[in-house]
Amino acid sequence: MAAATTTSSRRVVALCGPPNVGKSTLFNQLTGLRQKVANYPGVTVEKKIGGMKLCSGEEIDLVDLPGACSLDPQSEDERIAVEVLSGRNATVAKPAAAILMLDSTNLARHLSHAPGVLELGIPTLVVLNMADELASRGGAVSAAAVAAEIGAPTATVSARRGGGMDEVRKFIEGAVVPPKPVQLPVLQDVPAVRKWAGGVAQRCGYAAPGPPQWSRRLDRIFLHPLAGPLIFLAVVLAVFQSIFTLAVPLMDGVDAAIATSGAWLGAVLPETAFKGLLIDGVWGGVGSVIVFLPQILILFLFIGILEDSGYLARAAVIADRSMRLVGLQGKSFIPLLSAYACAVPAIMAVRTIENKRDRMATLLVAPLMTCSARLPVYALLIAAFVPERPLLGPLFGTRAAVLLGLYAVGFAAAVLTAWLLKSTILRSVSTPFMLELPPYRLPTLRSLAYRLIDRSKIFLRRAGTVILATTIVLWVLAGLPRENGEPPEIADSYAGSIGKAIEPVIEPLGFNWKIGIGLITSLAAREVIIGTLGTIYGMEADEDSVELQAVLRSELSFGASIALMMFFAFALQCMSTVAIVRRETGGWKWPAVQFLYMAFLAYAAAWIAYQWFD
Amino acid sequence: MSLADLQPGALAVIEALHLAETDAHRLMILGFIPDTTVGCAGRSPLGDPVIYRIDGSEVALRRETARHIAIRIESPPAG
Repeated sequence: MAAATTTSSRRVVALCGPPNVGKSTLFNQLTGLRQKVANYPGVTVEKKIGGMKLCSGEEIDLVDLPGACSLDPQSEDERIAVEVLSGRNATVAKPAAAILMLDSTNLARHLSHAPGVLELGIPTLVVLNMADELASRGGAVSAAAVAAEIGAPTATVSARRGGGMDEVRKFIEGAVVPPKPVQLPVLQDVPAVRKWAGGVAQRCGYAAPGPPQWSRRLDRIFLHPLAGPLIFLAVVLAVFQSIFTLAVPLMDGVDAAIATSGAWLGAVLPETAFKGLLIDGVWGGVGSVIVFLPQILILFLFIGILEDSGYLARAAVIADRSMRLVGLQGKSFIPLLSAYACAVPAIMAVRTIENKRDRMATLLVAPLMTCSARLPVYALLIAAFVPERPLLGPLFGTRAAVLLGLYAVGFAAAVLTAWLLKSTILRSVSTPFMLELPPYRLPTLRSLAYRLIDRSKIFLRRAGTVILATTIVLWVLAGLPRENGEPPEIADSYAGSIGKAIEPVIEPLGFNWKIGIGLITSLAAREVIIGTLGTIYGMEADEDSVELQAVLRSELSFGASIALMMFFAFALQCMSTVAIVRRETGGWKWPAVQFLYMAFLAYAAAWIAYQWFD
Repeated sequence: MSLADLQPGALAVIEALHLAETDAHRLMILGFIPDTTVGCAGRSPLGDPVIYRIDGSEVALRRETARHIAIRIESPPAG
């Protein structure tokens, strides 16, 4: 993407360091809202570049590198970090300077990261972050003493409160004179490097802080054998409930606003051939994307709070045991849960998983979870085909049972697919689960706000463009060829022809060409099939429409209706998901794999259901 | 004796990492270096993973990994 390539004329300063040291906070402090987020080509690693204006008027690019524990690259994140720092990345110019961020509350160990970066020979500022926390826990460090010992300028900073930022700016301006270089230890020998780092800390008179007492107290509650899982469940339910219910009124509001503005546009625009394209295609298409925004924002608000507070790491520890049964790990839990609301934010959330194979497996199965877009389709089909009879008392009848069954089918498919993927193509016996638990910290509003802005920009830009293109194509297919200047009957449109052309393929599932058109238009988004069927049968349609239910009963057999539900349970009929998977994986390969395997599952399940029930 | 045998609250010293080189390297970067003191900080509610206190931080490892880290119990050096 052009927007996130550094301009060759600008100086590049790279921000690097291990995870959980507050790199993003410093990055936000320095660049403000002038950030561009994209992916490094072909990988699931996020590329963040922010503009910064110096006193001289010169504009520079600050690159926030992914958290890397080691410059001996074993993960994609680390490989990218090394590539950029050594000037071997094609999309980022070789950095003129680097900022290495370390955690001052654990200085002795964190200094072991310094030799790897200093050895590259780029002017480097070592930033010892969390100075406020160090002081409050009774520790102390002298930046000048560290600088002399490691032979690189050093600054103590507390990025959360903005303390010490002047030093960092001065370095970026080029106004810091580096101390005399020193002999650094050989990198490959980790124990030796750690010993050197310990010696440096000691000679600098580093006073280690006391243990994070309140973190330990909180862990006694959050990881308690009984209270721990209960709190975990409560958190999970709260997240689930709010992406489901709290988001609904907001989404309805967005929906209504788009419909109203669409109608207004319809009234003011002159009657031309393009009016329909503009209003139904472009406006409706963009609207169908924006409608997901409340859910995405709410989910990322929660994830932000959970991650910044340190609870997400504990949740991963609690969930790890059960996720391991299907070959995944604790960190897959939150994305999979979110997928019950919508696969799009879920897939955007998989990047919290560091292990690449686990990340891919989670991303590939997430759309099998029953998302909220399937609900209207299920509701329509169940109301049309399943007679309501009480099963367990008056509250739980046959219809609820079928709906629950559909949720169970999706869940089972996700679990089985995950297990299959992890025991075949995404096998990763070689990477053991190791998770550092950061101390609990209070999330700052600022960092939460940046997260939300970030995610919305990514979502709107990426999903917006692909969805827009798809809806325009579908609109054209349904509206052409024109007869006497009028849009054709749907049966005579290109969409109709395609529906008829695919009829032989879907006939074994019990579907006719009209359902076929619905399957094609619902490629944009699942719930679109309802509107399409309404158009085909010439009636206003929503999932509560009694007329539409009656027509469906005459078009589909009972077995075919179950087959149709199965098809919707498995097929990836959601261009937003395809678009976001393409963004997150940096190419078309994985969305294609995902689309095809889910199409295969959908066809097979629908066929079996039709044979079984008919 | 392996790290998986360490009871919550107990301390030990790491002796060796019997793991593939890349995994051992990763663990060493997290602080699991021979002759370093390690403490068991607690278990996840379901018993696994286990949380270890090592070199100023807390790291969760699965039992299957901890089993390959040899330890010795001795009165560890202060710190």
